[in-house]
Amino acid sequence: MLNSRAARRQFTNQFILILSTLAAVLGIIMLVWILGDVAWRGFSAMNWDFFTKLPVPPGEKGGGLANAIVGTLLMTVTAALMAVPIGVMAGTYLAEFGKHNLFGRMVRSLSDILVSAPSIVVGVFVYLVMVKTMGHFSGWSGAVSLAILMLPVVIRTTEEMLRLVPDEMREAALALGAPYWKMMLQVVFRAAKNGMITGIMLSVARVAGETAPLLFTAMNSPYWMESMNEPMANLTVTLFNYAMSPYADWQQLAWGAAFLITISVLFVTITTRLLLVGRSKH
Amino acid sequence: MPAASTSKSGFSADQLFRLLTSAFAAFIAVLFIVMLAVLWHQSQPSIDKFGFSFLISSDWNPVTDQYGALIAIIGTLLTTFVAMFIALPVSLGIALFLAEIAPYWMRGPVGTAIELLAAIPSIVYGMWGLFVIVPIMASSVEPWLYHHLGFLPLFSTPPIGIGILTAGLVLALMIIPFIASITRDVFLMCPQNLKESAYGLGATNWEVVKDVMIPYGIKGIAGAVFLGLGRALGETMAVTFVIGNAYHLSWSLLAPGNSIASTLANEFTEADGELYTSSLIELGLVLFLITFIVLSLAEIWLHSGNKKRGI
Repeated sequence: MLNSRAARRQFTNQFILILSTLAAVLGIIMLVWILGDVAWRGFSAMNWDFFTKLPVPPGEKGGGLANAIVGTLLMTVTAALMAVPIGVMAGTYLAEFGKHNLFGRMVRSLSDILVSAPSIVVGVFVYLVMVKTMGHFSGWSGAVSLAILMLPVVIRTTEEMLRLVPDEMREAALALGAPYWKMMLQVVFRAAKNGMITGIMLSVARVAGETAPLLFTAMNSPYWMESMNEPMANLTVTLFNYAMSPYADWQQLAWGAAFLITISVLFVTITTRLLLVGRSKH
Repeated sequence: MPAASTSKSGFSADQLFRLLTSAFAAFIAVLFIVMLAVLWHQSQPSIDKFGFSFLISSDWNPVTDQYGALIAIIGTLLTTFVAMFIALPVSLGIALFLAEIAPYWMRGPVGTAIELLAAIPSIVYGMWGLFVIVPIMASSVEPWLYHHLGFLPLFSTPPIGIGILTAGLVLALMIIPFIASITRDVFLMCPQNLKESAYGLGATNWEVVKDVMIPYGIKGIAGAVFLGLGRALGETMAVTFVIGNAYHLSWSLLAPGNSIASTLANEFTEADGELYTSSLIELGLVLFLITFIVLSLAEIWLHSGNKKRGI
């Protein structure tokens, strides 16, 4: 009796352990499968033209996504320039003054929620307030919607990185007579600098692969941009249009775009993780 | 006057600093309220015209200018349900493996690999789904379901590869790494001495997990699940590629359908006419509110265990 019960417990245990190991193996297989496919099909689309030429109509040979690459870079950098100052300031408030008060808790929860909010709704919002009032799609509105998506991530990472700075350092600076703002700028920010930079890079990597918010804001364009005040080519929307098209040439370019986006995002993510090792991991 | 602030300007600069940072913190709250207000305001034509029936009518017809959100709402819920059905057991398994089963040298690399999956942009999942998963679904998985389980309404339409089931599957692949890595963090928070007490009483791994770790972290796990749920509900690109974009009401998972996000992605730029546009905006508002509620629950549960989340 006792033995059979022990045997059953052992059996259940082994069974669950095997299932759970299989789940992890499945996860690894998916990673290899997706990355393998993207790399295999995308790499063959890579050539000099891909980086230097404009798109061509379907049927014509050659052509590249030079304008889309530049467009994505431009909009992502602009978005970061808008979101980082606001996010760092707001994150500073949360870490320094808003740890326990109601307003701090509210802003913190709201940021957490907005991190996962549907990005397409942000696209609709920016369309309504910018594209509709200006009367045309533009790189600016694309950058603004990316900035809105970045903002909550920057706020939360800044807060986390500032909190890693030991209070003793703050007290030491204050004890030497430094005013609070000077202590922040010259001691706390400097101590948290690397963590903040890597956190910001992570948030940049995240929005660089966003598509939905650009559909109604930057839209897309087959031409070189003259300014950010016009519809702007970008990798993700181009990928979407080309992958959905019936033309093999375009689909090939779409795989190229997918490859480029994926390796850039993974490169930033991996580098960042390596730099963060031993920092915030519990 | 406190000794630290020797100069008058130092004192006011500190106040200014605090005021400035709180103003920026207020910015995100204002942004949120403005977003809600703008969406609400711009959906007025549709809200005035259709009222509550917008949510329960399945008639979406730009030609007759009749709009009802039911098909898109059902599509969103069904794809999310399929995704959660697949993702839940798999991600719990992965989390368990990473927290309790794997040898120590393996936990770091495998954990990082899973987190990398979470970093791949959703459009890549969508495109990969369209070119890789859809053919597999069309040639083997769906015909099998159709022939063997076709008597169920769930699998009663001819298999074509794209549709609710495929969209749910791609969505599941996308949220598995996300739920798995947060759940792993929750598992890791379980105090070592609690687990050791159970092991000391002769419990097996599974019994420790079932009777100690899961009850200890149940709120955090619920939070992780709802976070994944919120992501799945609002996901656009992974779904739009493979859902089929068709407007008919069907209980079959093999039939093409539409979700709120995919409807927006496909129709928003082409919508002409005030009513059409405002109906789409109202769809966006509905999606925003649903995800807000789900994510708020996630937030409450994750923080009642008061620990931070993954990425």
